[in-house]
Amino acid sequence: MEPVDIGLWGVPLAILGGAIRVSTPFIFVSLGECLTERSGRINLGLEGTLVFGAMSGYAVAYETGNPFIGVLAAALAGACFGLLHGWICKFKGVNDIAVGIAMMLFGMGLAFFFGKPYIQPQAPDLPAISFGFWSDIPQVQAALQVNVLFIAGGILAVAMAWMFRSTRVGLTVRVVGDSTDAARAMGLNPDRVRLLSTAAGGALAGIGGAYLSLYYPGSWTEGISSGQGLMAIALVIFARWNPINCFWAALLFGGAGALGPALQSVGVSEGYYLFFAAPYVLTLVLLIMTSSPDRALQGAPLELSLTK
Amino acid sequence: MWRSKAWITLSKASSVPQAKMSLTDQTKMARQLASAQIISALRLRAEGVLIPLGALVAGFIAFSIFLVLLGKSPFEFFSLVWKGGFSSAFSWQNTLSRVAPLVFAALCVALPARLGLVVIGGEGAIVLGGLAAAVAGTALGGLPAVLGMPLMALAGMVLGGLWIGAIGALRIKRGVNETISSLLMAYIAIALFNHFVEGPFRDPASLNKPSTAPLADSLRVGDMPFIAAHWGVLAGVIACILCWVLIDRTTVGFAARIAGDNVRAAQIQGLPVAKLVIGFTALGGAFAGLAGYFEVAAVHGSANASLIAGYGYTGILVAFLARHNPLAILPVAILLGGIEASGGLIQRRMELPDATILVFEGMVFIIILLSEALYGKLGIFKTNAGGTR
Repeated sequence: MEPVDIGLWGVPLAILGGAIRVSTPFIFVSLGECLTERSGRINLGLEGTLVFGAMSGYAVAYETGNPFIGVLAAALAGACFGLLHGWICKFKGVNDIAVGIAMMLFGMGLAFFFGKPYIQPQAPDLPAISFGFWSDIPQVQAALQVNVLFIAGGILAVAMAWMFRSTRVGLTVRVVGDSTDAARAMGLNPDRVRLLSTAAGGALAGIGGAYLSLYYPGSWTEGISSGQGLMAIALVIFARWNPINCFWAALLFGGAGALGPALQSVGVSEGYYLFFAAPYVLTLVLLIMTSSPDRALQGAPLELSLTK
Repeated sequence: MWRSKAWITLSKASSVPQAKMSLTDQTKMARQLASAQIISALRLRAEGVLIPLGALVAGFIAFSIFLVLLGKSPFEFFSLVWKGGFSSAFSWQNTLSRVAPLVFAALCVALPARLGLVVIGGEGAIVLGGLAAAVAGTALGGLPAVLGMPLMALAGMVLGGLWIGAIGALRIKRGVNETISSLLMAYIAIALFNHFVEGPFRDPASLNKPSTAPLADSLRVGDMPFIAAHWGVLAGVIACILCWVLIDRTTVGFAARIAGDNVRAAQIQGLPVAKLVIGFTALGGAFAGLAGYFEVAAVHGSANASLIAGYGYTGILVAFLARHNPLAILPVAILLGGIEASGGLIQRRMELPDATILVFEGMVFIIILLSEALYGKLGIFKTNAGGTR
């Protein structure tokens, strides 16, 4: 089909389509980080987990021929990184922010190390569902190609919000995140809860990475992630540790990320690199606006070192 | 209650003034106390050297196991590191060329760390500092080197200082987490750098690799006599010594250490915490900018994508390995500079991917942080006075 000339309408349409495409890794990483932070710990290493998830997901999908097995492998790998992070942070005197930086370097190093042979071959892509069948305009159809993981992310956000609000597991995580002492008094083991929350968060970040290499951009390269794992962490603060807000914030960030390519598609190439910086600038501005020097952040888990 | 807390931090930060105090008391008990504290201070110092060294060795062992599991020889790896980084004049040249940017990048982490801030965006200040220096160099082409060189360095330092100083200001004025903001700013800095190098400041003659205009020969920084390294290495050594004096021997540094231990106590004592935070982050950023200046003026000759070499990230590891002590930064930077310099040789001889060094660095980094849990726990370092970490 030939693209129909729809003029400047192409820009918002491309941003919408881009938001749906680009936001999926943000959704998974931010939901994972939301869970980890709700238990009172911060994992800054999710950028490394994301990259390793992208590599392992791609490699396994290529070897088995099934992208979903790749996603599963990425989740497992992410859980391992989370377990390591959680185990290290258990010790007194260890700075969880610094450990996150080290895990970021380590995860990226391992991904590049083992990912070298998978840069060339082509792994099967994750399937997408077309919601644009009602339209004859190919741009609309392209924009409404929605990947199954995006839908899964939306469902997960709702499920996690429900979990925090009305289940025993959610309550356990929240108690541990708000007061270590109260959790101990209740007979909970805060270290174990945080370990499992960090592992689950890592698994979600791994899935986010698998989306990068298996759907969009859809191949494994060493430059596959450009700080999405890190932006997702800032996004959790902006979303006030609420899973539903995380979903909307991720869409917003996806839209910002799609701004550059969208403008390029209608012929605006001036300042391409500046538009490329849009998501980082947006993150920073939102971070500045939502932070506060003197009062505790609303909705923040009380045991979180980030806000102490 | 806060008073006693602040007093504890004071006594922990330095045992020397206290020893003097107790001697003025002229009592036998005080004298005993003083000598006990000198011994405990020595023990703490030994702890501060031996634990990182032990962690480094543990990192080497962990990486050796990793290599054995892959069927590669750790012995070969370490002998290649020796060969590629330290064995000959040529390899030393290769190593020392990395030392200057690593030292400056590490200072950009270590200075804010003394105030309890984890700033990891030094890469942004290096890249922008290099760009500012290159642009200033083009504009100042006609000036004699005596004037042009310092002005170029100043341009790099000012932009780097503003860039990282802004992170400190955001932290203290708005409560923005400095770790996240510094890394975001590093991405923004690289985008800005690419925009300017490929746009407004691009030299039309640079076809394949967009660059700024090449510097005049008179503005290039040369090699030092007798040592195969440019003057930036000496500047790095001087910067380390100056930072050590600043932190360990001046009242400003003393105030910074108090604020780093306990911000609230420092504020109640009336210390200018905001000024300290902004000043230390800006100074760190200025050093990172200086790294960019030397990379441009001594190595590349213009600002281009080669400037984005990841020194800012290796510098984080250098600073943590050195436990944010400026004097320890230099040997650690030489060690890591040598390891990175041998990367190419290891890649060719052992048929390992270039990310091998990154895996190694990640492992060492994790183990160094893990070793932080050991302070005050090992029996041999147990002290009566100072062991209450």
